[in-house]
Amino acid sequence: MIVLGIESSCDETAVALVKDKKEVLSSIVASQIDVHKEFGGVVPEVASRIHIENISYCIQAALKEANCTMEDVDAVAVTKGPGLIGCLHVGVQAAKTLAFAYHKPLVPVHHLAAHIYANELVVDMHFPLLALVVSGGNTELVYMKDETSFEILGETQDDAIGEAYDKVARVLGLGYPGGPKIDKMAKEGKPVYELAKPKTQGRYDFSFSGLKSSVLQFTKRMERQNQTYDLNDLACSFQECALEEIFSRIKTALDDHPEIRHFVVGGGVSANSRLREKIEELKKEYPEIIFTVPPMSCCTDNASMIAVAGTIAYESGRRADETLTGDASWPIQ
Amino acid sequence: MKIEIHSLSETQAFAQKLAKLCVDQPLLITLDGDLGAGKTTWTKAFGKALGVKNTINSPTFTILKSYKQGDGKPLHHIDAYRLEGASQDLGFEDCFDEGITVIEWSSFIEDQLPEDRLSLSFEEGMDENRVITMEAHGEKSAKILEGYHD
Repeated sequence: MIVLGIESSCDETAVALVKDKKEVLSSIVASQIDVHKEFGGVVPEVASRIHIENISYCIQAALKEANCTMEDVDAVAVTKGPGLIGCLHVGVQAAKTLAFAYHKPLVPVHHLAAHIYANELVVDMHFPLLALVVSGGNTELVYMKDETSFEILGETQDDAIGEAYDKVARVLGLGYPGGPKIDKMAKEGKPVYELAKPKTQGRYDFSFSGLKSSVLQFTKRMERQNQTYDLNDLACSFQECALEEIFSRIKTALDDHPEIRHFVVGGGVSANSRLREKIEELKKEYPEIIFTVPPMSCCTDNASMIAVAGTIAYESGRRADETLTGDASWPIQ
Repeated sequence: MKIEIHSLSETQAFAQKLAKLCVDQPLLITLDGDLGAGKTTWTKAFGKALGVKNTINSPTFTILKSYKQGDGKPLHHIDAYRLEGASQDLGFEDCFDEGITVIEWSSFIEDQLPEDRLSLSFEEGMDENRVITMEAHGEKSAKILEGYHD
């Protein structure tokens, strides 16, 4: 079956056509990152206005590139949440219009679930499965007993990891988005500076706010004492600390759940080269488990993952009618 | 009024004390202070004291996160950090009709906020030391401040 997916929960307006969960017929992403650079982040009014400007063009381009018409599409899937409410509305409205004009089933999709399902594009997922979703707005460890059940084992208690990268980058004067820059600088540095170790109560929970403050206090202290420091070393010290927080929790979860067969990653921060390196190390430690880090085109916000998630949800019987609305804090399903 | 805080548990105690006075009142609280000053930490403790069950974490990315207090009324948590330089009306006024709204980096959306609010400004000292300046800017907030005793 061919599913048309629409994503507009935050930065990106995206439309994709995917056949049978595996074959991406087209994937169009209109990024707002240049607009956001100017503001240092996502400005919702700007974001929703640009989504409106982009959405029709993206739908048209996705159909054209896939060499399809709406007649060939079997279902329309759309991100219902979570996200910025004004932005979600744009995608949901477009999906509803398409579904009812062309008499196609309408399938609402959860953004976080879609990041996990994106792995289906490159590999068959095996359950029970452990998924790590790391992005500007998410840091979650999710346990899936089977294809359609989700249990959030752990989540960030304060900042998302991508947000911590962005804020630290801003403190260091590196600009937005901060992740790729810190990653690059860290490669040239050594983890020589001692930063605050994150503290959390939950066994699988994350915290990055204390670490962020620790970097800030470090730079202030150095300035006060008229001392210089190496930016690359500071970037490296921060990155090692942040990723240690993630990987110690992954190991705990894998050790506590020996039945896990597959570990997958989703979200934009999986572009991080050090994170990918550390997953290679994990592979050696847990030879029984399959490890998948999908290519970057699947990790950042896109609509092929929405189409894949839509296919799976469609097969499990999920449908929506004309009352569908965006839900900024929709729980995962 | 100035409140001195030396540890996380004192932050929590202060948030709890204030929460007791705010229960069942529509109210706006603004939080200002540098990155890492403890605004989200304070909101977590405040929300917990109001009976919020879900994890309260940073709303920086999604700008607004809404929760349910113990009595069912909403607690809105807004972070205007990414809104620096945005001058459009972003439609937050719906939040002010019911429940309690806490706004971090409120100065970035100053012109969109009602005047009557309790403002907390966080000054960072060494380690966990903070000085919080609490001020009322209207009738409702003045009443809450009157009820607060250190």
